[in-house]
Amino acid sequence: MSMTETDALPAGTWSVDPVHSNVGFGVGYMAGTFTGTFSDFDANVSDGVLKGSAKVASVQVKDPNLEVHLQSPEFFDAERHPDLTFRSRSIERKGGELVIDGEITIKGHTEPVEINGTISEQLTDPYGGTRFGLKLQTTIDRDKFGITWNNPLPSGEPALANEVALTADLQLARQP
Amino acid sequence: MRILGISGSLRRGSYNTALLRHAHEFFEREGVEFEIDDELRSIPPFDEDCEENEPIAVAQFRDAVARADAVLFATPEYNSSIPGELKNGLDWLSRPLATNPIRNKPVAVIGASIGAFGAVWAQAELRKVLSAMGARVLEGDVAIGHVADRFDSQGLLNDPNLEEELADVVRALIVEALGRDEAAVGSSETPAVDDGFASR
Repeated sequence: MSMTETDALPAGTWSVDPVHSNVGFGVGYMAGTFTGTFSDFDANVSDGVLKGSAKVASVQVKDPNLEVHLQSPEFFDAERHPDLTFRSRSIERKGGELVIDGEITIKGHTEPVEINGTISEQLTDPYGGTRFGLKLQTTIDRDKFGITWNNPLPSGEPALANEVALTADLQLARQP
Repeated sequence: MRILGISGSLRRGSYNTALLRHAHEFFEREGVEFEIDDELRSIPPFDEDCEENEPIAVAQFRDAVARADAVLFATPEYNSSIPGELKNGLDWLSRPLATNPIRNKPVAVIGASIGAFGAVWAQAELRKVLSAMGARVLEGDVAIGHVADRFDSQGLLNDPNLEEELADVVRALIVEALGRDEAAVGSSETPAVDDGFASR
């Protein structure tokens, strides 16, 4: 099936190529940005709907003890809420630009979210498959998801920002 | 279900241990087994060099926490913080962080002091330590100031509000422990994700 001009996303079913895709986050911490990724995630496009999920237990940062802390009840609570999930409700496309309205669920809290991004042209890969790319980003308020940990600076200001940037750089391959 | 009580005070006539003994009655009413641990006094100072041959008292403390479905702490306040022996026991218990026995375990903190404020700073410190260890720290608290005047001749708290606060913490801890059991059962099965989305 081929994409028509009215389709925001290509028709058919497409699954993420996880090796050549990335899902991550960035949050202001003290004087810089603390970043991390999720190594175990999934995404697909089917009937024009984009869905994604990531395993909290697969969070990767530069300190193993911090990875453990991020999975604790104080942060993502991996025991009771092992997955982060996303589902699109509507998608607007102008050329290669996308605005996606959807819902994201973190730590059992579901909130509406608007995601901005770009979509690539479809291409044929060296192995005969067809794929396209999505680069997506949004910002969420972690307080709304019950992730409220902080550590005050001597000034009294919080060390960790509430706003968290989420990013996904996805390659999606057409499924038979 | 089995709940473990840990008192931050070693003193024979400790008000905080008395508070746990009183909490025992609330647990009994709910049909829940409650045991007060007495290992803290036997635990040597934390020493990373000794971790490979862990002292017996540490192993017993670790085992007691591991066997519990939840833990109720009662702490006094020493110099605006938690007692050293309590922190020492928790430091042993916390290692390794990823697999320590209090990780994801529901815990509640209560406290009593002979001063006016009921060990609120120590309670806050203890919640911070337990959170950093990965415990599931409940929000409810009981802060009993002027504790020397709070127990009647029957060993009951003479303030009905404090009795109710303690009962609330006991109930909340039991509910959390039950939730954890249910979560553990759920995690052994295929995660329920709509449309089989995550079944990769």
